[in-house]
Amino acid sequence: MTKADIIEAVYEQIGFSKKEAAEVVELVFETMKDTLADGEKIKISGFGNFVVRPKRARTGRNPQTGEQITISARRVLTFKPSQVLKDSLNEG
Amino acid sequence: MTKSELVAAVAEAREDLTRKHAELVVNTIFDSMKEALQGGDRIEIRGFGSFQVRERASRMGRNPKTGEAVAIAEKRVPFFKVGKELRERVNGGVDPEGS
Repeated sequence: MTKADIIEAVYEQIGFSKKEAAEVVELVFETMKDTLADGEKIKISGFGNFVVRPKRARTGRNPQTGEQITISARRVLTFKPSQVLKDSLNEG
Repeated sequence: MTKSELVAAVAEAREDLTRKHAELVVNTIFDSMKEALQGGDRIEIRGFGSFQVRERASRMGRNPKTGEAVAIAEKRVPFFKVGKELRERVNGGVDPEGS
């Protein structure tokens, strides 16, 4: 599934034109990206939470060469699926 | 930000969009994504990230209270991988994986 399939679902579900459906779907994802870029988390009930977490610098290893490297401090995005979503994948 | 705050922000950004329609769009997006994952489909949203279903094998676990061994059945779990654009943006514009 790609964004085009989601736009199609929105188009079929709501009386929007294809253009409107595409613009509004785009707007939803842009709004989510802006929010996460600000470090704010997003909670979608029934789906899951998107959370930005700080990670401290740590030492790692290049798995190919075994060489020790420093992994810099960073902020990463994690997704925690809701129990409802997890359960729905294991029904039947 | 909750789902209803997302709906409000989307409705506010477009004058021609009622709150009701914004809500319908947001619900349709996540419902269709959920259905895709239930069908084992992979989802790719350019610039945002991708979702896929991973299989976890059955394994032996332990009841942490009693120490008793219990069998944990195999299961399917949703997995999200952040896209390059968003990975950079949450990290203040710098891609932590590029050097």
